[in-house]
Amino acid sequence: MRARVAAAAALLGACGADAPAPERTDLNPADAVSGYTFLTPETQALQDDDFANPGFLWVDQGRALFASTDGVSASCASCHEAPGLAAAAPTHPKIDAASGDLVNLEGRINLCRARYQDAEPLPYESEALLSLTAYVASLSRGAPMSVVVDGAAQASYAMGRDYFFTRRGQLNLACSQCHDDNWGRKLRGDTISQGHGNGFPAYRLEWQGLGSLHRRFQDCDAGVRAAPLDAGSDTYVALELYLAARSEGLAMETPAVRR
Amino acid sequence: MSAIRLSVPATARAGEVIELKALIQHEMESGFRRGSRGEIIPRDIITDFECRYNGETVFRASLFPGVAANPFLTFHTVATESGVLEFRWTDQDGETWSETADITVT
Repeated sequence: MRARVAAAAALLGACGADAPAPERTDLNPADAVSGYTFLTPETQALQDDDFANPGFLWVDQGRALFASTDGVSASCASCHEAPGLAAAAPTHPKIDAASGDLVNLEGRINLCRARYQDAEPLPYESEALLSLTAYVASLSRGAPMSVVVDGAAQASYAMGRDYFFTRRGQLNLACSQCHDDNWGRKLRGDTISQGHGNGFPAYRLEWQGLGSLHRRFQDCDAGVRAAPLDAGSDTYVALELYLAARSEGLAMETPAVRR
Repeated sequence: MSAIRLSVPATARAGEVIELKALIQHEMESGFRRGSRGEIIPRDIITDFECRYNGETVFRASLFPGVAANPFLTFHTVATESGVLEFRWTDQDGETWSETADITVT
């Protein structure tokens, strides 16, 4: 009964144009659970089977690209040994020491291309960038998410957190209203997850393919009838940082399978 | 380029029933969907799959627009002799992709 009252209150809140801003209470880290928890047993089984999981098609391609010298002056593998890279994915987004910018794993790969491989950046959401990102992130499977949010990253963290708690779109909903206040409840036929990015790039059944976390953000923004931002934009990278901090300690699952 | 994943046991006893799995990266665009401008996205699907064991067909399948992207097939055959299993996919325009796996039968 209490749940129903709360849900009704959330709906009423969503309708009022001058409704007060939602309270900015971060998710209790002890409550954090992966999106895997909210999947059907069939989808969980698909993720658990390393052969059947279609995300590994991209991981395989990423592994080939990692060792390839096609279009680059030096392969990724000529600098990086795969085991050493296992620390990369759980600690991104992080501040790039040379430029002072916050970069996520996709951004880091493109920085490497510009600085060491004499190559053009790969377009965000291109198959090549998705494959490389998925491969590198897959090396960290099982490792806990752990990003730095103080120091130079503090401003970005605040920006990402602000984005998460700001109402937007025709439905006038903030990310927090679904993913903090109502996770575990139903939205149409689906169970609302906590919105963690620990499995991305992930294979989404809806996409019938692998996609980045930023593509997922765009879907959520479109879902509340707000104009999605560009993938790779500073705001989305900042949001990715806030979410990564919110997922502190959750195990990486890339390539995960999601609805 | 389509990535392919095969699961074939490296060794088997003669007469043993073995499980084979084949996964290929393909959009399987049904031809019924529309793009953001309302135009029909043309159909682009794999229509045939065949598995040959030392040249002999042991499994084949026809695929249709209702099959999801990145089709995944699991099937069985009897291990008879050492040799090569060839997996071949053919799309609606006759383009083919194939991959082979060796098996040792004892």
